[in-house]
Amino acid sequence: MIRVEPRPAPSRLWNALTPLLAVALTLAAGALMFAALGVGPGAALRTIFLDPLFDPRLAAFSRPQLLVKAAPLILIAIGLSLGFRAGIWNIGAEGQYLIGAVLGAAAGLALFPAESRLIFPLMVLCGLLGGLLWAMIPALLKAYARTNEILVSLLLVYVAENVVAWAALGPLRNPDGGGFPGSRQLSRWDAASNPELIAGTGAHWGVVAAMLAVVLAYALFARAKLGYDIRLAGEAPRAARFAGVSPPRLVILCFAVSGGLAGLAGIFEATGPSGQIGIDFGVGYGFTAIIVAFLGRLNPFGIVLAGLLMALTYIGGELAQMMVGIPLAAIQALQGMLLFFLLGVDVLSRYRVRLGRARPADVAAAPRAAEAAE
Amino acid sequence: MPVIDLNWTAFLASVLVVSTPFLLAALGELVVERAGVLNLGVEGMMITGAAAGIVVAIETGSPWAGFLCAALGGLGLGLVFALLTQGLQSNQVATGLGLTLFGLGFSALLAQGYVGVPAPTIGGPDLGPLRDVPILGPALFARDWVVYLGLLAALGVWLYLFRTRSGLILRAVGEGHDAAHALGYRVRATRVAAIAFGGAMAGLAGGYLTLVRVPSWTDGMTAGAGWIALAIVVFGGWRPGRVLLGAWLFGGAQALQLRLQAAQVPVPVELLSMSPYLITIAVLVAISVRRRAGGAAPACLGQPFRAGA
Amino acid sequence: MKTLLLAGAAALLPLATLAQSAGDDPLKVGFIYVGPVGDGGWTYEHDQGRLALEEALGDGVETTFVESVPEGADAERVIQQMALTGHDLIFTTSFGFMDATANVAEQFPDVTFEHATGYKRADNVGTYSARFYEGRAVIGHIAGHMTETGKIGYIASYPIPEVIRGINAAYLAASEVNPDVEFSVVWLYTWFDPAQEADAARALIEQGVDVIMQHTDSTAPMTAAEEAGIVAFGQASDMAAAGPTAQLTAIIDDWAPYYIRRAEEVRDGTWTSEDTWEGIAEGMVELAPFSDRIPEEVRASAQALADGIAAGEVHPFTGPIARQDGTPWLAEGETADDETLAGMNFYVEGIEGDIPD
Repeated sequence: MIRVEPRPAPSRLWNALTPLLAVALTLAAGALMFAALGVGPGAALRTIFLDPLFDPRLAAFSRPQLLVKAAPLILIAIGLSLGFRAGIWNIGAEGQYLIGAVLGAAAGLALFPAESRLIFPLMVLCGLLGGLLWAMIPALLKAYARTNEILVSLLLVYVAENVVAWAALGPLRNPDGGGFPGSRQLSRWDAASNPELIAGTGAHWGVVAAMLAVVLAYALFARAKLGYDIRLAGEAPRAARFAGVSPPRLVILCFAVSGGLAGLAGIFEATGPSGQIGIDFGVGYGFTAIIVAFLGRLNPFGIVLAGLLMALTYIGGELAQMMVGIPLAAIQALQGMLLFFLLGVDVLSRYRVRLGRARPADVAAAPRAAEAAE
Repeated sequence: MPVIDLNWTAFLASVLVVSTPFLLAALGELVVERAGVLNLGVEGMMITGAAAGIVVAIETGSPWAGFLCAALGGLGLGLVFALLTQGLQSNQVATGLGLTLFGLGFSALLAQGYVGVPAPTIGGPDLGPLRDVPILGPALFARDWVVYLGLLAALGVWLYLFRTRSGLILRAVGEGHDAAHALGYRVRATRVAAIAFGGAMAGLAGGYLTLVRVPSWTDGMTAGAGWIALAIVVFGGWRPGRVLLGAWLFGGAQALQLRLQAAQVPVPVELLSMSPYLITIAVLVAISVRRRAGGAAPACLGQPFRAGA
Repeated sequence: MKTLLLAGAAALLPLATLAQSAGDDPLKVGFIYVGPVGDGGWTYEHDQGRLALEEALGDGVETTFVESVPEGADAERVIQQMALTGHDLIFTTSFGFMDATANVAEQFPDVTFEHATGYKRADNVGTYSARFYEGRAVIGHIAGHMTETGKIGYIASYPIPEVIRGINAAYLAASEVNPDVEFSVVWLYTWFDPAQEADAARALIEQGVDVIMQHTDSTAPMTAAEEAGIVAFGQASDMAAAGPTAQLTAIIDDWAPYYIRRAEEVRDGTWTSEDTWEGIAEGMVELAPFSDRIPEEVRASAQALADGIAAGEVHPFTGPIARQDGTPWLAEGETADDETLAGMNFYVEGIEGDIPD
C-alpha cells in the first residue's frame, strides 16, 4: 500500500528536482506517443523543446517570441495567484481579458484618427478598468450574496465572448474595412500602438507590465501586511477572521487585482501582437494562465518560468507541426501530459511517499508536523 | 410582440434531446462535487467519450458497444484525475483544466480517420399508446433510449444520494472529510469511486453527441458543452431534480433561440446566445441570497484531503 | 534586420531537422490553416489541395502545414516561422490572416505569399478566392424547383459579405424559378459547432423547411437532413457520405489546380502578384454530381445555368435587382461589379428578416 505523508516543510531538494523530473517524464511519455504516431521521437522532441531556443535560423526570432507569448500568461497568472493563495477562485480571467481589450480599444477608437500621446495611456487605463469592472460582478456577488465565484466568473467568459463578437461585427467594426468584421488595426495607428520597445527583444509594454507585476507580487508576499493576510486566509481561514481579515474585502481586492491585470493583458495584446479586435480575439490566455499559475506553484518567479515553458510548448509545437508533421492534437496531448506530470510529481516536495501501512506514531505525529510547517 | 409560430411538439422533443448530454454529464459531476471534489475536466472527459464511442461504434457496427466504450473512455480519463488529485494530492482546479487540454488533443488523435463518417445510431423504446397523446405524446414518448436513461439516471442519483447509506456516506465525505474519516469512512476510496462515476457519465454524454445528436465525429465537437454541464450543477444547487431542470433550461434556451430565428422572429443573436449564462447567474444569485446562511455547495468542495491531518 | 541576416545565413546551412535531399532542393510550400484538417469542410479542402500539389509535383515539392492557427498574433508568428524555415511559397487560408500575412511579407521579400479571401496585395503577396456565389446560384436554382413547402432553410455563420453574398445569390436564383419561395436564415455566430448546426437544421425543419443550405463547415446539417428525410446541399466538400440520399449536390472548393499552378510558377520564376477570383469556369468552384432525386429537366436547367455562368453568359447578379428596402441596386441588364460584391452588406429585395447588427 502506498501512503503519502506530509513533510514538516516542503523539501528544498525536491522543489528543485520535481520540475526536472516532470520534464523528463513528459519527454519519455511524449517519445512513446510520437513513436506510436510513427514520427521520429528524437526529432519531434528536439523540434518542440530545443529548436525555438537554439536553432540558428529560428532562435533570433523565436526567443523574443517566447516573451511575447508568455507576457499575457504571466501577467494574468500573477494576478490570479493572489486570489488562489487566499482560496478565492477567479476562473474567468479570460472574460476579464476580453472585456479589458474591448473597452480599451473602444476608448481609443472613439478618438480615431487623433494623434496624441495621451491616447495609448487612456486605452491602457480603460483596459485595466474593463477587466476590473468585469471581475467585480463575481466579486461583489461572492462578497455580498455568497454566490459561488468559480461559476459566476466562468459563466461570464461566455458572455464576454459574445460581447467581443458583437463589438467586432458592430460598434467597433472598421468602417473602412469593406464590411468585414474586426476593428481598425490599432497596431498601425501610432497613437494607439504598443510596439516592440527595443528592436529584436520582443519586449512591448505588456512584457514590461508583466515584469513589474512579478516584482510587486514578490514584494507583496515577502513584506506587505496584505500578502500575509492573503496567505493566512488561504491556509487558515478561521485564524484570518480572528486576525481581523475581512473576507468580503479580500475577495473584492483579489478579484480587482486579477481582473485589472487580465484587462491590461487584453489591451496590450489588442494594441500590440494581435493588433485589433476580431471575432476570435480570445485564444484562451485566461485559461492557460490558470495552468501557468499552478505550474509556477503560485510563486511569482515560478510563474515566470512556467509562463516561458508554456510559451515554448506553443511555439515549439507550431514548429513541430510544420517541420516534422506532428498533428496539433499530439501537441495538445503533450501539453496535457506535461501538466499532469508536473502536478503529479509535485507531491514529492510536499509529501513523503512510503510503502507499507501507517504506523500509529506517524499518524499522530503528522498533524503536529503540519502545524509546525505553518 | 409578434405572434410566435412555433411547433411546440417539436420544440419539446428538441429540448429533451439537446438537454440529454448536459444532463448526463451534470449528474456525473453532481456526484463528484457532492463527494467534495471539483473536476473542471468534464469537457475533456466528454470529448474523449465522444471519440471512443464513435470509433468503437463504427468498428463494431454496434452503437451500444460504442456507448459502453464512451463511458469507459470518460472513466479512464476520470481515473487519471483521481490518481493525480486523490493519490498525488495535486490541485483540483489545475488538474481539471489539464484534463480538458489533454482530452481535446487525445480525442482528436483517437478519432483520426473517422471525421464525418456517419455512425450507427440507436432507436427508442416503443411506448405504444403514449405516443398518441396529442402534442406531448410525440414529443415525450418517441425519443431514443438514452433520453430515458438520462431521466432514470436523475432519479437514480437522487435515490442513491438521499435514500441509501452509501449515498449518505458520500455526502458526509463531501460535507466534512475529517469527520467522515474519524467515523471510519474511507474518504479517498469514496472520492475515487465518485470521480470514476463522473467520468463515465461525461463519457456517455460525449457518446450521445457522436452517436445520436450529430451523429458523426469532428475535432473539438463538444464545443463547450462540458462547461455548460458544470454550470448546470451549480444552477441545480447540487440536487438531481434541479439539475434536471437546469439541463432543460440550458437546452431549452439553445433550442428556443434557434427556433425563434427559424420562425423569422427578429432576435438579437448575441444577446440570446449569452442569455442562458445570464439566467444561470441570476438563478445562482437568487439561490445564494435565499440561503444566506451558507449556500448549498458541499462544504469540502475542492479541498484536498489528507488522512490524519 | 538582424533576423533577416540570420535567416539569409541560415538558408545556406543544411537544414538540421529535415530529411537531406540530394541535388536540387525541392520547392518548399507551407500552408496555414484556421481549423483542424479534420473539420470535413473548409480546412479539409485546402488540405486536399495541398495533397494534390504533392501528388502533382512529386519529388519537386515538399509541403508543410500548421492547423488550427488562431487569427491574430499567433498567425503572424507561425507565418514568420515558416518564412524563416526556408519555405518558398506560403498559403494563408483564412480571411483573418490578412494583416499577419502582409506584415510578414514586408520582411521577407524573397518569399512568395498567397492569402485566401483577402484584399491586401504586395509585390510578393497575391490573393485568391473563389466565386462561391456562382455555385450558390446553381443550388438556389435547384432548391427553388425542389421545395414543396416553399420554405428554404439557410444556416449561416457570421454576417460578413461572403456569407450575405451567398444568401443573396441563392435567393435570387431560387425566386427566379419559384417567386413565392421564402428563406429562413439562422445565424449561428460560429463556423464550426456540429451540435448547434444539427440543432439549427432541426429547428428549420420543424418550421416547415424542406430544403437546407448551409454556410457553416461541418457535415451535421446534412446528417440532420438525411435523418428527417428532406434534402440539402453540401458545403465546401462533397458531403454525400453524411447524407447519401439527402444531398442533392454540393459546392466543392477545389483549390488543387490553383495551388499546383501557382507552385509551378514560383518554381519557374514566373509568379506575379495577382488578385485571383475564380469560379465555375476555372474549376475552383465545382458542383458534386447531381442526385437522381432531382428531376431530369431540373438537372438539365441547373447544368445549363452552371454552363452559362462558366461561359460568362449568365451573371448571378443581373438587374433589375433592388435592395431589401426597395431602393434600386442594379438596373435592367446591369451586372454587379466585383467591388460591391466583395463588400456586400445588404439583402436583396424579397428576403425577409434583418442582417444582425
